[in-house]
Amino acid sequence: MGTLWFCLVALMLAGYVVLDGFDLGVGVLHLWLARNEPERRVMLRSIGPVWDGNEVWLIAAGGTLYFAFPALYAEGFSGFYLPLMMVLWLLVIRGISVEFRSHIGGPIWSRLWDTGFAVASILLAIFYGVALGNVVRGVPLNGSGHFFEPLWTDFQPVGHTGILDWYTVIVGVVALAALALHGANWLAVKTEGELCNRALKWASALWWGVLACTAALTIISFQMLPQLFLSFRDRPWGIVFPVLALTGLFGIKWFNRLKLEGMAFASSCAYLIGMLTSVTFSLYPNVLPSSLNPFQALTIANSKASDHGLKIGLAWWLVGIVLACGYTIHTYRSFAGKLSVGEADGDEREHLATASP
Amino acid sequence: MPDALSVDRLHFAFTVTFHYIFPQLTMGLALLIFVLKTIALRTGEERWNRAARFWARIFGISFALGVVTGIPMEFQFGTNWSQFSKAAGGVIGQTLAMEGVFSFFLESSFLGLFLFGEKRLGPRGHWFSSLMMFVGSWLSGYLIVATDAWMQHPVGYAIAPNGSFQLQSFWHLLLNPWGLWQYAHTMTGAVQTGCFTMAAIGAYYLLSGVHEEYGNIFVRVGVTVGVLAAILQLFPTGDFQGRMVSRYQQSTLAAMEGLFHTERDAPLAILGQPDVPNQRLDNPLVVPAALSFLTYRAWSAQVTGLDQIPRDDWPDHIELLYFSYHIMVGLGTIFIAVLLLAAWLLYRGKLYRSRWMLWILMASLPFPFIANTAGWMTAEIGRQPWLIFGLMRTSAGNSPLISAGSVWFTLLGFLGLYAVLGILFLFLVYREIEHGPSAA
Repeated sequence: MGTLWFCLVALMLAGYVVLDGFDLGVGVLHLWLARNEPERRVMLRSIGPVWDGNEVWLIAAGGTLYFAFPALYAEGFSGFYLPLMMVLWLLVIRGISVEFRSHIGGPIWSRLWDTGFAVASILLAIFYGVALGNVVRGVPLNGSGHFFEPLWTDFQPVGHTGILDWYTVIVGVVALAALALHGANWLAVKTEGELCNRALKWASALWWGVLACTAALTIISFQMLPQLFLSFRDRPWGIVFPVLALTGLFGIKWFNRLKLEGMAFASSCAYLIGMLTSVTFSLYPNVLPSSLNPFQALTIANSKASDHGLKIGLAWWLVGIVLACGYTIHTYRSFAGKLSVGEADGDEREHLATASP
Repeated sequence: MPDALSVDRLHFAFTVTFHYIFPQLTMGLALLIFVLKTIALRTGEERWNRAARFWARIFGISFALGVVTGIPMEFQFGTNWSQFSKAAGGVIGQTLAMEGVFSFFLESSFLGLFLFGEKRLGPRGHWFSSLMMFVGSWLSGYLIVATDAWMQHPVGYAIAPNGSFQLQSFWHLLLNPWGLWQYAHTMTGAVQTGCFTMAAIGAYYLLSGVHEEYGNIFVRVGVTVGVLAAILQLFPTGDFQGRMVSRYQQSTLAAMEGLFHTERDAPLAILGQPDVPNQRLDNPLVVPAALSFLTYRAWSAQVTGLDQIPRDDWPDHIELLYFSYHIMVGLGTIFIAVLLLAAWLLYRGKLYRSRWMLWILMASLPFPFIANTAGWMTAEIGRQPWLIFGLMRTSAGNSPLISAGSVWFTLLGFLGLYAVLGILFLFLVYREIEHGPSAA
């Protein structure tokens, strides 16, 4: 039961990263990729109807984590107190930047909201990467199972670590590059003409960055944390996850060259899912390793709720997630198709672009 | 400087109080917009659709702020209350996760359709999306109240060997009798916020002599629905909620009524200030024996006072609890009077010309927000010193390694950020009101 929920929570988080990842990526890129107001509107319209629904996946995943692994939720969230609060602030700033852009207009205000949106998106992408880096590297969990990480200590990924050290910063940069690439691929799908070509150009440049970062990160991770190998040695079938990531990564390049933007975006999704599942697979059965003592790690067994509760949860969760997937698919289908710059910015269309809860 | 625990409490209290300004309005408006859309569908008159569209815009702004201030609430359980989350996450995590899975996805999909898809959906489709918005936001409210109700009156759990609480019965958790009454009481409160807001803006239009056609609609709908909600607020929901408190939380009842000594013919305090060190009520104005009757339906029944309760189990802010409760009840009573009077004038066809009554309706706008806030303060301060009533003390629930300074830092961050949000909210709503419903 614990392992099943471990997989389900990982799946929800991967869903969140794939979905909210592209609108974060658009947020990261839009200051540079759009050359004028109509272009920027198209970019915002490409994520407008969906970004808030994408963010719901984070909330739903958080809630699921809470009831399935209460100890992980409690220790993880309190240990990452400071960066988590900053993530919350950034989510607020990002949300109001998109929402209020359509209410308070004019060139100066728009510029302010756009900058807020971009800065919050960039920082969020980096923070998510840093958070993942912290989980992989392990945190200073003490004998009673608590930890509190300062923002940084001596930037070394051993012993009394901080949130930021050279390793987690690298993961943050990888996340930023990967989500920017994901966003560029999404824009290529949703736009046409010059904007689409520009998005493809950015995707192509970012791809080399992501390739280099991924290679470097993989080598560093396995050298620094050889225990990550163990999962793959014990369960060799797990190799499918890194293979998925690699296939996705090269798929992006391949399909972009063939001008198949949809397939390139799908490959980008595969890359992100492959990377995340590789990480979770190599951590299993730990959910939060300890950097002080491997035996003080939080594992599935010592952080999960009772099997009875997990069984009850499974019953409603399955119903709920089928409904949620239904809504998500319906929303994406309603707003399918490419957007063009010249298209009349009718009141309704414009509002659709900036709709948010 | 207070210790980390006190700052953790302030942190949660501030963020949740600010957050709840918005859901009470959106849950109330969701019902009213559904009413407007239903009338529009049945009569086929465009003005009802325009009225609905106007309120949908205010709903949209409030909803956005409810969402961005709501996300920090869910995360705070883990960040600031880790010991509590670790112990109780297996139970209350269920209802919180259900809110995300069942309610948020529903709301986020239908809100977009509802706000901007009117042309594409057609009248019936659009009416249906307003129904789904109503269902989604009220379901969300239910799951949150169910979570709180479990902390007020824990049911359907078992205690594991490691001391954590594990879910035993899903239906007990979901159909907690405490939660059912608390939900009904909370929702009638939210409906009153929506009604007073609608009626106040209608009254503003009528008094200013602009958008009068819509001013009439807003005042009429606000007062009609509001008077029903105000009465239901008192009876049966308030009455039964009070009896839940008297049955399961005697310490809370005694403290909120300012009853220091166990008495037969216990009086109901209308005014007065609790003097905790001397254990008495200063300058009291009381109705003799009324508390006994309200609690046990017998004028001479004995009501437990604080003297029968160990000092350790007293709520730790008795004065604040007493004032919150009396403000809630006092305002609730005034609302009934105001709305009955307005409804009577409406029935006689005089309301739209009674400028004094319109002034009262307009000036009433802030008070339902205050009453709802005071009600929640009564519930949450009344639960003290327990985090889970009778099972886990608040002092045992916060995160052990986070210093008071760190929590101060984030509290100040939220204060600043929310001040900006509050100003933006008022500005945007003001603009919608000035813009008016005619063009919608």
